[in-house]
Amino acid sequence: MNGAWEHFPHDADVGVRGFGATAAEAFEQAAFALTAVVTDSPVKPAVAVEVSCDAADIELLLVEWLNAIIFEMATRTMLFGRFEVQLEGTHVQGRLWGERVDIKRHAPACEPKGATYTALRVAKESDGRWSAGCVIDV
Amino acid sequence: MDPARFNHTDEMTWRVEREGEMRAPAVIYADEDLIRGMDEQVYVQATNVAKLPGIVGASYVMPDAHWGYGFPIGGVAAFDPDAGGVVSAGGVGFDISCGVRTMLTGLTVKDILPVQRSLVDSLFRQIPAGLGSEGAITLDATEMEAMLAGGARWAIGRGWGEERDLPRIEENGTMSGAKPEFVSDRAKKRQRCEMGTLGSGNHYLEVQAVAEILDRSTADVFGLKQDEVVVTIHCGSRGLGHQIGTEFLAEMIGAAQQAGIVLPDRELACAPINSETGQRYLGAMRAAINCALANREIIGHYARRVFKHFFPDTRLDLLFDVSHNTCKVEKHKVDGKVRELFVHRKGATRAFGPGHPSLPEPLRAVGQPVLIGGSMGTGSYILAGETTSEQKAFSSACHGAGRAMSRNAALKRYSGRKVQDDLAARGIFVRSPSTRGIAEEAPEAYKDVGAVVTASERAGLARRVARMRPLVCIKG
Repeated sequence: MNGAWEHFPHDADVGVRGFGATAAEAFEQAAFALTAVVTDSPVKPAVAVEVSCDAADIELLLVEWLNAIIFEMATRTMLFGRFEVQLEGTHVQGRLWGERVDIKRHAPACEPKGATYTALRVAKESDGRWSAGCVIDV
Repeated sequence: MDPARFNHTDEMTWRVEREGEMRAPAVIYADEDLIRGMDEQVYVQATNVAKLPGIVGASYVMPDAHWGYGFPIGGVAAFDPDAGGVVSAGGVGFDISCGVRTMLTGLTVKDILPVQRSLVDSLFRQIPAGLGSEGAITLDATEMEAMLAGGARWAIGRGWGEERDLPRIEENGTMSGAKPEFVSDRAKKRQRCEMGTLGSGNHYLEVQAVAEILDRSTADVFGLKQDEVVVTIHCGSRGLGHQIGTEFLAEMIGAAQQAGIVLPDRELACAPINSETGQRYLGAMRAAINCALANREIIGHYARRVFKHFFPDTRLDLLFDVSHNTCKVEKHKVDGKVRELFVHRKGATRAFGPGHPSLPEPLRAVGQPVLIGGSMGTGSYILAGETTSEQKAFSSACHGAGRAMSRNAALKRYSGRKVQDDLAARGIFVRSPSTRGIAEEAPEAYKDVGAVVTASERAGLARRVARMRPLVCIKG
């Protein structure tokens, strides 16, 4: 499962995309891609944080999920390096594990402002894998 | 983009005439090279904006435009509430009231050079930049409300700024109509410890030298002299604005649906101005404008403190403070009639021409200072608003250089360490918590800011007054 995510280019910002056998796994991988927007360094899974979110459809749900992580990053000054998603319909129950930002060690490159609806796509691809991605405004 | 797709009506004007669902034409101001360099998405987004209800004039696009969110970055669109006009959270952007301020120091390059290295280190220590940095200010609930209602005036009242700055800030430092009660608890929570922080991405504080004067009489009025030094700050409303943008973007998808508005792109989510959601967004957005104005005033105060340490007899005078991500109610003449419009500027700078009543008396004769950020290496420009800009694009101009390549591409091509060393060899000292951040913001990752401002001038949006070159850059 490791590394099943990618960044894709946007003029001013950066796109994140996760892949997985299930939509939930693709959501988890997209979250790894989000952390990688900020840092290339490993993040210790020292503290767990619970989040939950809902949306009208599964694509909007991805945006809510990533925004929930961005909110926890900003208000707790934390980065997250492990994710667990339970997806039921258009509800996510998620758990994030991470640690406080260490400016020296993590050397945060930029701060995500929010997940957007640009290039937003959550779908089962023709190879059977799920993908989940959108552009992040940084 | 292929220039052949446009109706090229004069040297700097590229039109897409009204067709299909478009309610107005789309008009891009640029030279041919800039048009060729723009992403196809600029065409798509500019014509999509023209499909929104109540749009007046045209969907305008500035010379530094690039692929944005719903609206192109560099997009200007005005809406009439009485014609079913809308307000769009995406048309303002996530970083509500992101903007630029420039302060005059009266010092010369010669004064700065002997202390340049200590100056950059002091500024970097004093001004929190980047994710994980914390401000020295924590707001409780009462202070948060006061800040959201008061803007820069609030900051000055708390000792983080100077009263004399106010006439030089848009809206005299306080955006009226702010409704802190419409700002969610989550947005306020994101801002509790973020006042006086620079943020990251393309935000910066620079010490710049006036490298070239292009319009001497206006430069005299602005107080810009060859080889003198200014301090320029680029940042916005921090986490508060981001959270408001995020929440209303989601809410406006539903609001648009309810109002029967067909969205060509979900990112164009909007609500009628005369609707409950529309009014609530405007109240919250104006509170975020106050947050940005307060934030830049506080960072300006920190810069003053550092300069005071090195140059005890120097006082920093604010030239101007102007935002480039806003929706403002303005009166504009359209087809000979004055109308009150809601003007969205997403990555576009308001640029009032000479004689505009909102300008402070000392600037009124020459027009509003238009502050344009370039990149770390190529420098920046100060322009002045032109009377012609009202008819061209509701008194708007470009806001920056615009990116030429994505962050990924820049990261693959440049090493942050090397960019920093190369710039230092050219006398530009850069400090950032992240060398990767420096690589992503490498000077070559941006378009030629000179071409962008020249196009703005030739299109009649704003005229060039002075070019600045960086001496010191603090990057978030």
